Amino acid sequence: MAKKLVRSVFDFEEGFIETIAEVPEKEPEAWAPERSMRVASKGHPRVDGYARTSGDARYALDIQLPRMAYGRVLRSWIPHGRIRKIDTSEAEKVPGVLGIMTYVNAPKIRWYRDSTLFDPHVRYEGDEVAFVVAETEEALEQALSKIHVEYEELPFVLDAEEAMKPTAPKLFKNGNVRDGKPRIYERGDIQKGFAEADAVVEDTFRTQVVHHAPLEPHVCVVNWEGDRLTIWESTQATFRVQQGIASILKVPLNKVRVINAFMGAGFGSKLGIEKHTVMAALMARQIGRPVKVVTPRKDEFLSMGNRPASVQKLKVGAKKDGTLTAISLWSVGPGGAYRSGSAYLGTPAREMYKCANVRTEEYTVYVNTGPARAMRAPGHVQAFFALDSILDELAEKIGMDPLDFRMANIAEIDQVRKRPYTSKRLKEAYEAGARAIGWYERRNKVPGSGKGPLKRGLGVASQIWGGGGGPPAFATVEINRDGTVVVHSGSQDIGTGTRTIVAQVAAEELGLDLDRVSVVIGDTALCPYGPTSGGSITAASLTPAVQAAAVEARERLKDYAAAVLGVEPERVSYEPGRYYLTEDPSKSVSFEEAARKMGNNMVVTTGARGPNPKGYTINSFGAQFAEVEVDVETGKVRVLKIVAAHDIGRAINPLTVRSQFEGGIIMGMGYALTEERWLDPQVGRQVNPNLHEYKVPTLADIPEIEVIIVSEADTKANTVGGKGIGEPCIIPTAAAIANAVYNAIGVRVKELPITPDRVLRALGKA
Amino acid sequence: MTKENEGGGVSRRNFLKGLGTGLVGTAVATKITVAGPGAEEKQESRDGRVPVALKVNGRLHNLWLEPRTTLVEAIREHLHLTGTKVGCNRGECGSCTVLLDGKAVYSCQILAVEAEGHEITTIEGLLNGEEPDPLQKAFVEHDALQCGFCTPGQILAAKSLLLKNPHPTREEIVRGMSGNLCRCAAYPSILRAVESVAKRA
Repeated sequence: MAKKLVRSVFDFEEGFIETIAEVPEKEPEAWAPERSMRVASKGHPRVDGYARTSGDARYALDIQLPRMAYGRVLRSWIPHGRIRKIDTSEAEKVPGVLGIMTYVNAPKIRWYRDSTLFDPHVRYEGDEVAFVVAETEEALEQALSKIHVEYEELPFVLDAEEAMKPTAPKLFKNGNVRDGKPRIYERGDIQKGFAEADAVVEDTFRTQVVHHAPLEPHVCVVNWEGDRLTIWESTQATFRVQQGIASILKVPLNKVRVINAFMGAGFGSKLGIEKHTVMAALMARQIGRPVKVVTPRKDEFLSMGNRPASVQKLKVGAKKDGTLTAISLWSVGPGGAYRSGSAYLGTPAREMYKCANVRTEEYTVYVNTGPARAMRAPGHVQAFFALDSILDELAEKIGMDPLDFRMANIAEIDQVRKRPYTSKRLKEAYEAGARAIGWYERRNKVPGSGKGPLKRGLGVASQIWGGGGGPPAFATVEINRDGTVVVHSGSQDIGTGTRTIVAQVAAEELGLDLDRVSVVIGDTALCPYGPTSGGSITAASLTPAVQAAAVEARERLKDYAAAVLGVEPERVSYEPGRYYLTEDPSKSVSFEEAARKMGNNMVVTTGARGPNPKGYTINSFGAQFAEVEVDVETGKVRVLKIVAAHDIGRAINPLTVRSQFEGGIIMGMGYALTEERWLDPQVGRQVNPNLHEYKVPTLADIPEIEVIIVSEADTKANTVGGKGIGEPCIIPTAAAIANAVYNAIGVRVKELPITPDRVLRALGKA
Repeated sequence: MTKENEGGGVSRRNFLKGLGTGLVGTAVATKITVAGPGAEEKQESRDGRVPVALKVNGRLHNLWLEPRTTLVEAIREHLHLTGTKVGCNRGECGSCTVLLDGKAVYSCQILAVEAEGHEITTIEGLLNGEEPDPLQKAFVEHDALQCGFCTPGQILAAKSLLLKNPHPTREEIVRGMSGNLCRCAAYPSILRAVESVAKRA
């Protein structure tokens, strides 16, 4: 396939990625919404369902190699200090210990921009202090307990607002505010906007720190064979791990292979290159044995990321007719001890609602806690709780229904980049959701007016996210001589069902049944480059590349079909399952017959993702409606129902789409009601780094969930027409629940999670 | 850990070595390099290990294990049945759920020696050859999983529930299954899958 290079810019998490990408000269014909689909857009069970339910699926945790040794990181137990002395002599005597690495003997590898692989200046409880490798996990544990570290303890700061004060302990010499300044955005004239308003509301909202807590912890197994390094890693970024490790260890890319066939979820915590992988690779090379690192659950909480807390000061103004005239946001959140994830969250204030006058000022600050990492719609989940809460307050002040207020302020264009959207079905989402929940009939006209101690209420919130993806992304399609097909692509399946949609798209374009297509993903040695699974970009980036490869493969097989028919290929057409003579469709040859004609040949094609359309913004949109029941005597909130109505372009697999929505909504409910990292302010350590006291939702907590997809294929965005959904599904949930709680009890809880004590305090009962 | 370390009887050499644990400690340099001679040999020794007979998926396995070895370690590291997962290793998440005489247990909270004399079933044991159990099929059909990491534990928790109570109500399913966390939160489909099998039974 002829290809060309373009500059590609696409939305990834809280920012844009710009890169040079190879794209096809000519893209395949887009799947128009009205195209009748055979395999894609159908709710097929996962193609790897058997592997995942039988125990056959091998996760990084399951890799066992001959002579494999075990490695683990010893972490700082104080929040801030300098290592005065580190004594490993006792640990070295433990039988079975194979090596110990600390800042004293480890190579000085730069990390987080301002630090190193091992930094004698430890900045949070969980910072890496030593790495031990031993024959067995038992010996490993014993050795870890025998390393004596003497710290010079330093004053610490845990709270973001505290950390901004000039007197606060500093983590880095340039101060605690990241980049030394806030991110500021302005459009229009904010003062004029407030002057024009008939009503202005000002309020402060706070959100907590929550954790990703994927059930498979961060795991790697590294194995050197001479100068070749193989890494099994539980990651959302197979190729990024390969590139990162190769560059850090100065190993050529063709000698580093990363395998990631199955991984036990990440939610954003597995997007990077891990220190422990580098440590394991260094050590494995020294001892000449494979090394496996399994992060203990406690360390997952301390060191493997979190969604940062936030303080959001919002001021909004509107005219009586519902016109939003001004939005002002000031926010701060803790990025943790290093430059990893950020606490910036201004995008929804700038982009969700139509408003001419907007100002956002956002701070990320360093504090002595575990570094933040992008967590499922970073920024947006925190932001919408505050933004959609204050919007309800403003709606009430001007005497307007909160849903009508939102519908009156739908932004027709991307107001920041001043360009149209490829598609936007937000109004349809509001309308469909309202119908499903019975918004106008069942919502309390007077908040808190329900009778008795169990009060019910309805709430709504909105969603915007990227997820349009973009090049580069590649896939190869091979047609075997029996007419079966293998697709290779280097992306990974983080639980979203990537394997399945790749198979569906290839089968659709080739006119085959799903069981004729198998898919190989998550292996840098076998597959062409596929994107990192973050920013909800995988589906929209990858599936058009698969489609392109499949179209070309189908065209190439036509030559063999033509040979069977004894005509020129130009006279042959294709329909699912068979090639036929264009002028006489009764003369045909099946896909399998054509393939058999190949003999020992094989059709192999490579497809590339086409460029994104110039002059357009690709976003997904949606709304969620919550119904809650609040016990005003105990303060307990129960979510009864969530209706999620979203514009996600084409749902390539409605079954797995529903699963992701349900999962995101339930995780959002955990964020709204139960999940919270607790720190002991006296000692700066986490009190609940475990799955017992850190409360993730269980089966007993789930509400009724209804998912409505209001969109069809967005063929302006890409040729398959899908937009990502992994993150959109969690964005409005907590905000909708918070608004429903207000509608139920008539007082607003402005801090997450909405725990019974906060509800009772808001009601003046505690 | 390799298979050669397991099974068979106690050799005199290893037995004697076992007595001298304190004396054989190998000096380890603070440098990254270590593993002088002896480290390998030590591994071969049986010091402190006890014979444990585990009946897993209908087959009896004779192992030599340290008494502190948990059931999940025995299953995964020694029998190489890696379908059973470890999510927290402290009895909180349920990923390590196996059946002990048909009852769902957290295998990270049971010592291998305690499991002697019991029938242990792991996810691999639910298969009949390559034929999945109706629960395994239902989990696929209803998409009752996402990353799949907790899935073996979820299926075994459901199996245990249905063995005890073939026709559970929705509330009974919820109660029976809420000891197994799923961070992807495939819960609604898990409920649908289990209900579908319960109705068929």
